[in-house]
This record gives sequence, structure tokens and C-alpha cells, in this order.
Amino acid sequence: MATHTPHIELNTPQSAPMSNPLAGFRQMMSNALIITRREVADSFRDWRILAPIVILTFLFPFLAQFVATQFTNYVDSFGARLIGERTVPFLLMIVGFFPISISLVIALETFVGEKERRSLEPLLSTPLTNTELYIGKTLAAMIPPLLSSFGGMAVYMLSLFFGEYQWRPQFLLVVQIILLTGVQALVMVAGAVVVSSQTNSTRAANLLASFIIIPMALIIQGESVIMFMAPDADSPRGIGALWAIIIGMMVVAVLFLRVGNSIFNREELLGNIIDKLNIRGFFAKVWRYARAVDDNGTPAKNLIEWYSRAIPYTLHQIRPAIKIAGVVFIIGFVAGNLVAMHPDFRLPLPPQDVLLTMRGQLHDFVFRVEVLPMGFILDQNIRVVILTFMLGMFSFGVMGLVIPPITLAVLGYICGTVFVAGYNPIILAGSILPHGVIELTVLLITSASALAMGAVVTRPPKGSTVGHAWTVRLGDSIKLFIGVILPGLLIAAAVESIITPRIALWSLGMM
Amino acid sequence: MIECHDLTKDFGTFRAVDRINLNVPAGSVLALLGANGAGKTTTVRMMTSILQPTSGTARIAGYEVTESPAQVRAHVGVLTEQHGLYERMKGMDYLAFFGRVYHLPDSETRKRALKLMEQFGLTFALDKRLGEYSKGMKQKLALVRAMLHNPPVLLLDEPTSAMDPVSAKQVRDAIIDLQKESRTFLITTHNLTEAQILANKIAIIRHGKIIANGTFDELARQFVGDPIMELRVNGELNGFAKDLADTVNILESGTDWIRYRTSQPQQDNPNVLRRAMGLGIEVVTLAPITQTLEDIYLRVVREDEGITEETA
Repeated sequence: MATHTPHIELNTPQSAPMSNPLAGFRQMMSNALIITRREVADSFRDWRILAPIVILTFLFPFLAQFVATQFTNYVDSFGARLIGERTVPFLLMIVGFFPISISLVIALETFVGEKERRSLEPLLSTPLTNTELYIGKTLAAMIPPLLSSFGGMAVYMLSLFFGEYQWRPQFLLVVQIILLTGVQALVMVAGAVVVSSQTNSTRAANLLASFIIIPMALIIQGESVIMFMAPDADSPRGIGALWAIIIGMMVVAVLFLRVGNSIFNREELLGNIIDKLNIRGFFAKVWRYARAVDDNGTPAKNLIEWYSRAIPYTLHQIRPAIKIAGVVFIIGFVAGNLVAMHPDFRLPLPPQDVLLTMRGQLHDFVFRVEVLPMGFILDQNIRVVILTFMLGMFSFGVMGLVIPPITLAVLGYICGTVFVAGYNPIILAGSILPHGVIELTVLLITSASALAMGAVVTRPPKGSTVGHAWTVRLGDSIKLFIGVILPGLLIAAAVESIITPRIALWSLGMM
Repeated sequence: MIECHDLTKDFGTFRAVDRINLNVPAGSVLALLGANGAGKTTTVRMMTSILQPTSGTARIAGYEVTESPAQVRAHVGVLTEQHGLYERMKGMDYLAFFGRVYHLPDSETRKRALKLMEQFGLTFALDKRLGEYSKGMKQKLALVRAMLHNPPVLLLDEPTSAMDPVSAKQVRDAIIDLQKESRTFLITTHNLTEAQILANKIAIIRHGKIIANGTFDELARQFVGDPIMELRVNGELNGFAKDLADTVNILESGTDWIRYRTSQPQQDNPNVLRRAMGLGIEVVTLAPITQTLEDIYLRVVREDEGITEETA
């Protein structure tokens, strides 16, 4: 039989031109939207998704509108019109939130469901990039619930605007609620991807989803309290605290998206799946890295090697985080100082001369042991450190840059106040520096370590999985806590309790 | 078209694929055989740039899998172990979606989809939801998906496993047709008869290592030895088997049959016939005993087991 070699038509997808970022972005979005369109159409084929969306868009807003009107009239009859007025925007937020909670269901279905049904692999075999797949699926999970959410909010507002209530809300408050709804949907979907990465069954993913639902419910509760009680609830500029929440949620959403994007890659998706929680194995691994002299988990042979190799290695590894924390510390100190410069916020300190006339009382005060016991100081500082680690762990390291710098802001404020009051700087230095030098160094390392541990999930080192990278950094944090932070805090507490008071009194000329 | 050099994949401490070397020229079919968990799927996933090799290289259609993953995936059609169809979609919509993913114009997708669906006898199901498809229909649709963008390389995991004999024949015919058009295939299968029919070369993978690689004849010679002939006669042999022992290697014999192994059938068989006729023995048949790929496969695996045990 004669064989022939015909022309083979190769259909190479258009690759994004690297030289033109805008064209590259357009190409990426165009590819992502192919996925989005399919998934959205698929969602709308499922009556189990469609039915709640229709109900929440077209029926629930009328119910909310009815409740708002009735409740306002009811509390008005008791002269509490304000409560009714504040309930109306609160219900707008609720009307918006209910449909976006479906985005979580869709996201878990679209990410884990596909893994479970093994329909992801044919898609992974196409030329689409990981990011295109991720964006496409994220948008698909968000679009139907957001359409329902915004539709429902429009129905609610219009029914109140043209109905009996004649509601005329502050424009920016409505903008805030719309933004909150959008950003909350984004956080939930991005969080669902992270949750999905830890499981290969929809059932397990639904169970893990409580890690998203519970914090989100707490945030909603906080937002509702703010909407009722904020002093600027009727401000035409919107509620300040809500702006802060919007910005905070945007940061969290961006960080979640980064984590999701790094997790949503072919290797991870088809790699090992954790469905069984091996707590003993996990702690053994963390402990191994706490003892390790490198990132490969090579254990230190003895305490001397641990101190001479393991700890310097980890400090070197978190050097960028130390630099960032250092900058934030300086900003905190300067901010505190600036606040002290403002007459409205300054403490009414007595002039230095008056203080010196009180020498005797001060001497007795400082040397009453129960005033500055070492255990109390240590306890307070350890609480700050643990809180920093815990919150840093669940906030991608962000809270690691918030809690310790508060101390610096307070310090800056005290320094500014004392400086403005005209005190001799030696008094200030004597009261702060002896223990402060140790305490601040330890706090800086704490802050940097929490940042490094939390942030590593957003950008794991090349060739490492998110889980492994996080475990290594957790081991590093424990290493620094045991080897540097705890001993440092012990020494600082001892100095603050015993040495600092004497130096402070000496600087006042009392010793 | 497919070249792998020392391709290796580790999952933690487990080595799934261990320094495999493969070379499949354009227009040929390689059957990759092996037990479940031998490393076939991992190899295919590395060839489609889904998994990153731990070490070694693979070039598919001229593109290196780690350097040009998108190009590799654009030039490869993959039939995955699990077909992973979207059950709520209709057949045509499903293919249209993948056509868009590969940036085919809609009209071109439709044209190709209709042609392939007709070739596989699925035209009647174009507007049916995939959830209504039978297992075999789903597999054929997944094959159509893999072929839709006209790729020069096709990696097919168990292409006919769920099909009835007629459908399996359709698929085999399609593979043969495409092979004639210089398409290159890597097929992983447990169906050894099918592999024997389709493959130009056969590779056997065990514990992540290629333990045999060659054409059917090469493997048969290497692992099963020279051809075995069977002589059947009318009546009894009456010691003829003993007489032949100086000419050929007699393996076994009965009252009216003999089996012998020969490295030179062209010389030995006429000689055997001449001697039989000289003794007045009426020969009914003289034919080779068919060696199947199954024989070769089992032999290869047994030998490797022996080596593994010895090493252990």
C-alpha cells in the first residue's frame, strides 16, 4: 500500500506577545474567558444552582423590603426611628451577601468537583496556562452569584426607592456595600481554591469550607455592628471603618488569589492529595525543620551547632522580611511621634522640675516589687509574640507587620510626648534603652518571622509545594522562638524589672 | 517525533519513572505496555508537560517539554485514562469548546467534528447530552476531542478499553489511517492483541523502567527465542522424532505430531519434509506455532522479576 506524507495542519494557539504586556493581558483574559463562558453556561444548566439564584434575586429582596418597611414603622412607633433607618442599609448588605454565599458552593464544585470527576486532566492537556485556567474558573464561580447579588440589591433598592419607604440612601454607603459584596465574593472564591487544594472530594471540601464561612460570618457581624453604631454612619463620605474593611479585604483577596494561583498548577493538581490529617507526621516534620541547619531538614548535631549554624541560617533566610519589618517599625515610631506632636493628642506631663520634686515618691514606687515584676513583663511580651505568630499565620504575614509595630508607635508617642514636655533626653534613654534594645530586636525578629511564615504561601520557592514551604517556615519560626525570642524576652524582662528602674532613677539623679 | 532521554520523575522519595529512553519516529506507533502503576500515565503526563520531569529530557513534535510546554500541548492530542467529559454538555458543544481552547475557527471545528464523529459512528449523538452517552460512546468522543485540533502526535491511554468489537475496529482503523498521514502515536494499553496489530514498536515498562523495547520480531527473538514449528502427520510417527534430533531441536512430540525449534526455517523445514516423505510419512501440516505478544510480555516480566529477586 502506498503511503504518503500529507501536509499536517498545526493549530498552535496564539501565544501572548511578551513584548506587549497589554496584548499579553488581553490574550490571557480571552483564553480565560473561554473557560468562564463554558462554566457559567454549565452552572445555568443546573437547576440546583439556578433555583436559589432566581429566588435570591427576585423574591428575597421583596421579603427584605417588606421587613425593612415593617420594622422601621414598628421601631418608629417607639420613637426609635434611627434603628429603623440603620436597618435598611444593613438589609441591603444581607440581600447582597446571601447570593454570593453560593459562589463558595460553585467554586468548590468547579475546582474540587472537576478533580473528583477527573474532568480536569483533558483541560490540563491543552495549551492554556495555569493562570488562564485559574482566572477562568474563578470568574466562573463569581459571575452567576454576583449577578444575582447585584440584581437582588437593585431590586431591593428600587422597591424601597419607589415604594412606601421612599429611601434616599447616601450614595457612597451604597457604593461601599456593593464593593464589600464584590470583594467578599472574591475572598470566598479565592479561599475556596485554597481549601480545594487540600482535598480531592467535594464532601471533604465542603467540610473544610467552614474555615471560610466562619471568618466571613464574623466579618459580616462586625460590618453590621459598624453600620448601626458608627458615628459617621450618615456621613456622605461613607463609613470610615467600612472603607478600612474594604481595603483590608482587598488585600486579603489579592493574597488569596496569589496563593490560589501558586496552588492551581498542573503539578500540584495531579500531585499528592491530603485527605487524611497526619498530625503526628506533620509535627515530626515541623520539629525536624526546627532543628535543621538548612532548608533540606539536615538536623543540627548538638546545641552548639544549632546556635552556630541553624539559627544564623534561618536569620539569613528571613533577611528580606527583617528589612521590611525594620521599615515598618520605623514608620510606626515616626507615626507615634507625629501623633505626640499634635496638641490634641498629647499627654499632660508635668514639667521636669515638678517631676524632680517627686523623687521620693518615685523611688518608693519603682522599688515596690509588685509594680514591675519580671513574670508580668515576660507574660505580656510572650502574649504579644504568640499573637503575632498566630495572626501572621492566618493573614499571610500581614498581621506580623501590624502588632509589633504598635509597640513602636506607642514608643514613638511616648518619646514625642516626653520630648515636647522638655525632659532631658537622658531620662528617656535611661528608662527605655536598657531593656528596649533587646526587646525591640526580639520583636523585630518576631515580626519578620511571622511575615516570612505567612507570606511564603503566597509565593513558595521554585520547585517547592505550598505545604512544604509553609512547614519549613513554621519550623524556622519555632527555631527562632526557642533559640532567640524566648531567651531574649527573658533577658529583657529581667533587665526591665531590675536594671532599667535603677538606671531611670539614676538619670533623674535619685540614686 | 517523540524522543525521551533519561526521563525521570520522582514523587518525594518514590521514583515513578526511572531514566527511560524512547524514540518514536514520525508516522509510527509505539505501544507502551505495563501493569497498573508501572509508570505509563506518569510518562504520558510528562510528555504533555502536565508533570515536570525530575531529570532527563523529552522532545515532543520538536518541542522540549520543560521549555515550551504550551507548544508541546498544542501539538499533542491526549486521550486520558479517565475521559472526564462534561456530562451536561451536548456532544457538539463540547467539541466546540475544545475547538475554542485550541483557537480553531468555529467553522473549522464544526467541519472537523462532523468528519470525526462520522468516522466513529457518532453523528447521531451530536445533539445528545454527554450524560446520555454509553461508556464506549464517551470514549470515542474523548478520542474525537484528542484528534480535533489535528495534532501530529497522539498519546492515547487505553483507547479501546470500553468499546465493543465494532467500535474498537473503527478506532484501530482510524489510528492506521492517521499513521499513514505521518501522525505519531504512543498508545498505552493492556490489550496486547491490539498492541500487536497497531504498534511498530513495543516498549514494556515495569517499576518505572523500560525493560524491553523493540519491534515485535525483535522482542520475540530476544525473549521467546527462535520460531517453533509443528509437524502433523497422517498415522503414527514411529520414531521419526528421534531421527530428526540430529537436524533440529525437538521440543516435544506425540504419536502424530512433533514440535521443534529452528533458527533457519528456510533450510530446516524442506529438509524435514524431504525426510518424512522419504520414510513414507504423509505430512498433513507443517506450520509455525504462533507467538503472541502475550507470550513475550509474560516472558519479559517473568525474567525481570527474576532479575529483581536476584538483585534483592
